[in-house]
Amino acid sequence: MSGALFFTLAIWAVGWAAVILVMRVTPSRGTVAILGNLAVPIIFGATLLGLWESIVIGFHVPPIILPAPSHIAAKLVTSLPTLGADFVQTMKGLLAGYVIGCGSGFLVALLIDRSPFLQRGLLPLGNFVSALPIVGVAPIMVMWFGFDWQSKAAVVVIMTFFPMLVNTNAGLAASGHMERDLMKTYGASEGQTLTKLRLPAALPFIFNGLKINATLALIGAIVAEFFGTPIVGMGFRINTEVGRMNIEMVWATIVVAALTGSVFYGIIALVERRVTFWHASYRQRK
Amino acid sequence: MLQSLLLPLGEGRDGGLIMTRKSQFLPVLTVLGTLVVVWYFGAVWMNLDLQRNLFANADNTTYSTRDLISGTLNQDRPRLPAPHQIVEELNHSVLEVAPDSRRSLVYHATITVEATLLGFAIGSGLGIFLAILIVHLRSLDKSLMPWIVASQTVPIIALAPMIVVILNQFDITGIVPKAVIAAYLSFFPVTVGMVKGLRSPDPLQMDLMRTYSASKLQTFFKLRLPASVPFLFTSLKIAVAAALVGAVVAEITKSEDGGLGARLLAGSYYGQTIQIWAALLTAASVAALLVVLIGVFERLTAVKMGAKITGARP
Repeated sequence: MSGALFFTLAIWAVGWAAVILVMRVTPSRGTVAILGNLAVPIIFGATLLGLWESIVIGFHVPPIILPAPSHIAAKLVTSLPTLGADFVQTMKGLLAGYVIGCGSGFLVALLIDRSPFLQRGLLPLGNFVSALPIVGVAPIMVMWFGFDWQSKAAVVVIMTFFPMLVNTNAGLAASGHMERDLMKTYGASEGQTLTKLRLPAALPFIFNGLKINATLALIGAIVAEFFGTPIVGMGFRINTEVGRMNIEMVWATIVVAALTGSVFYGIIALVERRVTFWHASYRQRK
Repeated sequence: MLQSLLLPLGEGRDGGLIMTRKSQFLPVLTVLGTLVVVWYFGAVWMNLDLQRNLFANADNTTYSTRDLISGTLNQDRPRLPAPHQIVEELNHSVLEVAPDSRRSLVYHATITVEATLLGFAIGSGLGIFLAILIVHLRSLDKSLMPWIVASQTVPIIALAPMIVVILNQFDITGIVPKAVIAAYLSFFPVTVGMVKGLRSPDPLQMDLMRTYSASKLQTFFKLRLPASVPFLFTSLKIAVAAALVGAVVAEITKSEDGGLGARLLAGSYYGQTIQIWAALLTAASVAALLVVLIGVFERLTAVKMGAKITGARP
């Protein structure tokens, strides 16, 4: 026991010392700074994993309460086919819902752009809806669209529609008066002003909505699966394996879900960086 | 990410929720009115097949279109209940049933609100504490903050069923597991918002504090904390909504104690659609109420701190 305690404390001390050391030697500018700033959180994360491992192994924590990271990794590797099938099933509902929800939110924002009356009516509603526990519609959608991925897509559509509407709308208002006046002096039509000025100016807001929705969509798809699925899907896996006390499998599924969420978010952030390279928040960093 | 969480919650949300601006009243009412009309048409359309079957089973072949339509709006288990049916159910289960009965929505809502508020208190307390640490310790800022932000791209709600089971192993049952999940969901917005708020004083103001030779503690209480108040309340509104979602989802996985989530699950098991919609609307009202309540505290605090809010809301 005392050996385990010593080992745990040692990992903590080494990890913390490494964080401090890397921070000391990292310069404030240049390529080395970027590497250093990346290294610090990575060392911190590795330290946490090490602590977790040594506590669970050293203090004989029952795997039902908390399995060791190494065991979770082993479980992840051995059950890749099951996890892969779950992933595909969940992604079907998620992607379909994400595209439809974000797409329709964007289109409706374009449609109500010309009508201040509808904007004043819909936007407070949109803000209000974002405070509601929308995941609660999951059982209704399962009743309407069945157990398969269509019902999950429907939940995702409802969750992603309003954030997209609100953000696109804010974005369309983002271009300045001077710029709009300039377009007018060019004799640009409404359509030209929209495609050449207002939509590009709205892009940071649109991407903001897309990023918020990436997280929301994953939550919606997984929680909707708690309410009934064909026997596959990440939410289904988590719910059943918890019931069977197979906690290692639950953690493995959560790792997959976490990776999915991060990669999904990362892809959108990368696209954003490529598309809105002109925006101040990216230019500053150089 | 930091901006993404704070951005959609600027001035607009508060104005939208409380709806004090006269210019918004009519448009919102129009949209809501349209929604109800569309809902009625949708209810007729979605329940049509079932109603035809019901008539066919009753050997009723001579029904008029009028019978058919009024039938679709008054079924026991419609696919889409009409608004008046939901209002009736709400009226029944909120006002008529005794509040301590398991059939009362007040009973279930109280359970949910208890878990939400406990979780919200723990979560926002932890969030503020972490934010203070992060602002003052550069090492934590560099090492912990990226993970806190990254944790938001992860569907933390997937952890809910497991947290319930783990805490069960320690004989921790009742309100605590639900509150833990609610706290977990609500701590993040508070941390991010508070870090932003505590850093919001500009360098000039910080320099002024230094010329006064103010200690770190004094700088904190006299400059950083007051400056962070608007950020705090904005993030508290997100946090309380998130806590409610956490409590509802926790109740779905732990339905034996009751609560609005349990009510949703029971409704979906037994096909009681009207009951599901009523529970959903109750959850929505509770969420709105909690957010508005924090908005009220925000204004009270602003008045206490000497803000003039007469001009802000015409």
